Amino acid sequence: MSKLSLIIQREYLTRVRKKSFIIGTLLAPVGLLVYLLVIIGLSSYQGGDELKVAVLDEAQMIGSLPDEKGVRFIPSGGKSLDQLKTEVTEKKIDGVLRIPALSNFQLKDHTVYYYSDDKLAPEKSSQIEKRISSKIKEFKMDSLKLDAQQLKLLESDVSIDPEGINSDQENDHSKYTAGVGLAVGGIMTFLLFFMVLMYGQMVMRSVMEEKTNRIVEVMMSSVRPFDLMMGKIIGAGLVGLTQVVAWVVLSGAVSFLVPMVMGAGAMEPPMNPGDAAAAVDPEMMQDTGMRIMTELSKQNWPLLIGSFIIYFLGGYFIYSSMFAAVGSAMGDDLGEGQSLTLPATLPLILAFYIVSMAGWRNPDSGLMVFSSIFPLFSPIAMPFRLAFNPPWWQVAISLVLVVASAVFFVWLAGRIYRVGILMYGKKVTLKEMWKWTFYKG
Amino acid sequence: MILSVQDVVKSYGNYMAVNHVSLDVPKGSVFGMLGPNGAGKTSLIRMITTITAPDSGVIYLDGQKLHARSPEQIGYMPEERGLYKKMKVGEQLLYLAQLKGLTHHQAMNEIDAWLTKFEIKDWWNKKVEDLSKGMQQKIQFIATVLHKPKLLILDEPFTGLDPINTNLIKEEIAHLNESGISIIFSTHRMEQVEEMCDHIVLINKGKNVLYGEVKAIKNQYKQNLFRVEAHEALPTELPDRFQVVKSEKNAFTFKLENDAESNELLKFFLQKGVRISRFEEILPTFNEIFIQRVAETEG
Repeated sequence: MSKLSLIIQREYLTRVRKKSFIIGTLLAPVGLLVYLLVIIGLSSYQGGDELKVAVLDEAQMIGSLPDEKGVRFIPSGGKSLDQLKTEVTEKKIDGVLRIPALSNFQLKDHTVYYYSDDKLAPEKSSQIEKRISSKIKEFKMDSLKLDAQQLKLLESDVSIDPEGINSDQENDHSKYTAGVGLAVGGIMTFLLFFMVLMYGQMVMRSVMEEKTNRIVEVMMSSVRPFDLMMGKIIGAGLVGLTQVVAWVVLSGAVSFLVPMVMGAGAMEPPMNPGDAAAAVDPEMMQDTGMRIMTELSKQNWPLLIGSFIIYFLGGYFIYSSMFAAVGSAMGDDLGEGQSLTLPATLPLILAFYIVSMAGWRNPDSGLMVFSSIFPLFSPIAMPFRLAFNPPWWQVAISLVLVVASAVFFVWLAGRIYRVGILMYGKKVTLKEMWKWTFYKG
Repeated sequence: MILSVQDVVKSYGNYMAVNHVSLDVPKGSVFGMLGPNGAGKTSLIRMITTITAPDSGVIYLDGQKLHARSPEQIGYMPEERGLYKKMKVGEQLLYLAQLKGLTHHQAMNEIDAWLTKFEIKDWWNKKVEDLSKGMQQKIQFIATVLHKPKLLILDEPFTGLDPINTNLIKEEIAHLNESGISIIFSTHRMEQVEEMCDHIVLINKGKNVLYGEVKAIKNQYKQNLFRVEAHEALPTELPDRFQVVKSEKNAFTFKLENDAESNELLKFFLQKGVRISRFEEILPTFNEIFIQRVAETEG
């Protein structure tokens, strides 16, 4: 077995066999599931006890109010405001809602009053406001003798369907195209950013560990420094790929098994008949799902996955070799190296920032085009744009640059690494690291 | 010659770490590389072990210019020692041996033999971090010699070792030397050199300031000092040619013009009827030679 493959093997096996790796790999999908369940649980959380509210409808415009999620409306039953206030003090009810008569039909704003010493939760307040507002609308429609059916006909939903003129691409975009593109691009960007950052720093820690352990000089007397560095970079990269594959498989298994075990309905948020969500036509929801699926199937998956892998490898090699160089120059103290890690992390974070700020708004803006070609940014930015069919020549230039830069950075890091790794007890500056690259042998 | 260093230069930036050094290490010798800290010993060793390359000059190992597979013929225990702390002893030795070019099978056999020799076979599954410092040093030593190198380079091998382990390693070094392995032994502790080495090189400020056989060097630097010790007080009236450089109770140290006069000196005391209890030539220690040599070269 060659020395490089021995090193890769060791780097890979020692990490994959670690308890923290196994636990992290197994628990992440479970953690994600728990997180989703908590989010679903929180969104359907009732917000404390049911609120009993007496409704003092001074102008008789509201009529009876149906109970809602967490709020029970009680008609005043002819009691005066003062009587009702006493009931509040006696804790028979939680509050009084006084709805004064409309002073002017033309006015849009209308104020109703809530009497209680307890604060009304913002969520409940807006819930009640919405309910009263729709009741007042009904009251106004009645008073103006308008027909509800006819009024509904006035409403129309408008959506823009982009059609190409000279481009030969398929022109069956719909209003879902952009959304699906954003989602696909966003997920790819997010994954790339975290993987490159996480495993790049793993390489850095591993380099530092060898240096502080003082084993590096023993290693150097057996293998070339470049082999040792590459062994680490490739080994840690394989660990990353293993973890991602494991996550994909496990998440697939979890999302497939859990509904089966818990019953199909368990995953859906509970709904009340009064909910706005219930008003959504189930047929329409199905239709939306279908359209998203169609959009997803329209994406060029082989191209997306293929370029994801190239950009992952390119970005990973660029950044992990930078981290390896920084790790080799650092002493035993992580703190003193902050000024050295910054140049390695900054472009990565900047790229992520550009995509998340500018990319969402317009994936074809000048800034995004630049970022998707500039090799320090492109591993993060280009995969995002790929979901929006960028011009092929931009993709080609970007790919060539990213591969060339990966080769260059690995070479440069190798030059720094071989000097830095044997340097002890000295605070190293960036300028010094640059000088090392010119040292002979 | 197992090793031949020819006019080697290495500089880091403006700093000359090794300045035109030449030396030969005879096959089968124990070769001492001496010098104060920062003299350039480690820089020189790093070039011999192919960790770095010389700016100019050539190094031959067993007649061949250093090449990619040369490290497999060298065993190097650096002063800064270290092992992978989280790895098990057995795995670690196996890994390091394979990196030195041994097959899995060869490596397993060698590891087994060495662990048996040191009576530590049950350590195979122990993590290095769970071992004491002395135990770790043993593992480090085994890792250095597992692949049966032709040349063994030990940089300050006894620092941090207790007397028992020091002896154990000394014995092993002697053993290995007997079996034909040449040894370079780098240290700044001169007394160890006199004890163990047959050849030495003295390095100061990157330069080879003294080089040769231990005996020859000692002879070269001896000052014809002889010490006479008697059971009673020595006579104080002495011929002029016997110059006293140090007088103690019942003992004098003389500086003679040449060592042939030592018999004359002895004869003189015997004729005086002095009961001599001890008569010896005082050879310079390497410490003294070193200080003298440094003073000479630095002018």
